[in-house]
Amino acid sequence: MNYDIIVIGGGPAGLAAAIEAKKKGVDKILVLERDRELGGILQQCIHNGFGLHIFKEELTGPEYAERFIDELHEMNIDYKLNHMVIDISEDKVVTVISEDNGLQLINAKSVILAMGCRERTRGAIAVPGSRPAGILSAGTAQRYVNMEGYMVGKKVVIVGSGDIGLIMARRMSLEGASVEAVVEIMPFSGGLNRNIVQCLDDYDIPLKLSHSVTEIRGKDRVTGVTISQVDKNLNIIEGTSYDVECDTVLFSVGLIPENELSLKAGIDLSKQTNGAVVNENMETEVPGIFACGNVLHVHDLVDWVTEESRKAGAYAAEYVLGGCKDSSSDEVIRTVAKNGISYIVPQRLRKDNLHEEIILYFRVRDIYYDRKIVVKNKGEVIKSVKRRHLAPGEMEQVKIKTELLRNIDIDELTVEVSEEV
Amino acid sequence: MEKKEMTCIVCPIGCHVEIWKEDGEFVITGNQCPRGETYAIKELTNPTRMIPTTVTIKGAKLPRLPVITSDPVPKEDIFKVMEVVNKAKVEAPVTVGDVIVEDVLGLGVNIVATRSMKKAE
Repeated sequence: MNYDIIVIGGGPAGLAAAIEAKKKGVDKILVLERDRELGGILQQCIHNGFGLHIFKEELTGPEYAERFIDELHEMNIDYKLNHMVIDISEDKVVTVISEDNGLQLINAKSVILAMGCRERTRGAIAVPGSRPAGILSAGTAQRYVNMEGYMVGKKVVIVGSGDIGLIMARRMSLEGASVEAVVEIMPFSGGLNRNIVQCLDDYDIPLKLSHSVTEIRGKDRVTGVTISQVDKNLNIIEGTSYDVECDTVLFSVGLIPENELSLKAGIDLSKQTNGAVVNENMETEVPGIFACGNVLHVHDLVDWVTEESRKAGAYAAEYVLGGCKDSSSDEVIRTVAKNGISYIVPQRLRKDNLHEEIILYFRVRDIYYDRKIVVKNKGEVIKSVKRRHLAPGEMEQVKIKTELLRNIDIDELTVEVSEEV
Repeated sequence: MEKKEMTCIVCPIGCHVEIWKEDGEFVITGNQCPRGETYAIKELTNPTRMIPTTVTIKGAKLPRLPVITSDPVPKEDIFKVMEVVNKAKVEAPVTVGDVIVEDVLGLGVNIVATRSMKKAE
């Protein structure tokens, strides 16, 4: 079987990329989805707040997904559900398994990686204690409650204050559970203010900043946890521990891009993002393989996933239709995260393929007020933008007109958070 | 009237706002822009919220249908609305936007489906 473009993953990234590639004139596109339906994680995110940038209205996750699923259908783009990709080779042969078709090898001219991310678990942060029932990741609980119709517990402690944890605190409260505490090891929450107010304050749920769950107890079912305060080096402060009774512990402690397939295709991953290293076309170091969405770097808003994936789709189309420049060019500008910046995507920009405008996506390491984001070349300021507020939980972007880079000797663009305003 | 503290959620800055009444007028401090004033007064006098939740659905592939209030409802009515919504049962097929509960508690707000669900084959 042969396709022009195979999109791996039918979530928001894969849907937007496939639709955009079709719009750009590629006919034979196949979306491979391992779940029983399209839409990805949006289908379990039943809360509102999606789409403010893309649709200029506030949608729930399923509504946002349905708009793209409808468009995919209208454009007659092929897709397969319950199909799990298990291998991608460097020459873009995709191995996929399913109950319907067994094992299949499909050739593609181009592959778009859109596998999303998965949750970090209790194991990732090594919480001591026993291993009874009642310990789940927040997203798993979200799927049980919102899609499968199972209530996961009555007395809940949530570890981590990322947005999924906060949203689940409200969800469990609405369904009649008592949420005893949201425990955050950092001195600030990684979640949006709006979620702290509307998911915790509204339901009088305490947010324990600079606290950690130091033990989980229970034999068959969770019976309680120990919560301890930590100092600024995240070490437990002796004498601050106390016990809380609960039957459920939900973990919302970060997301990891799901890149096992990317590695099989011989793609290098960035240590900063845990996603592929990409160029200005969202193309990985393997020519013709593109990446977008949470498999590339974890986004805060789905709107930015859509924006990025449309780009990946458009450039994959360009690659297939032959208008694309050979990616083996080694004349590149590297983007480098300096003071206060944790990562930048894309990591490299090919000098002879700079688009009219370059958008650098990044995150900051700490909470800052009234700072500048400064982009430099060899210490010289190329662009500087003021920001009233910066937080690690929010993805930032800076746009640079390419004309600013013409005719100057440049190998590196650095981005930093600067004190002076 | 005593002071009420709140975090403004109009933008990501999240100003800590204090609001109280003096000689019949609202006094608001801590906000860095006029939008914080509007927010604080609304939160004090008539706080409202959207309620996204689910209802039982029969005949679809999944047992739960996601729904939401068509408009924000008074914050104090959240759990009363949940009681009504929890009793609702629908049958597939459902189209996104379908009204599941009309004029819930006489608040002038409908409960609407947030996704389509086909009849299971």
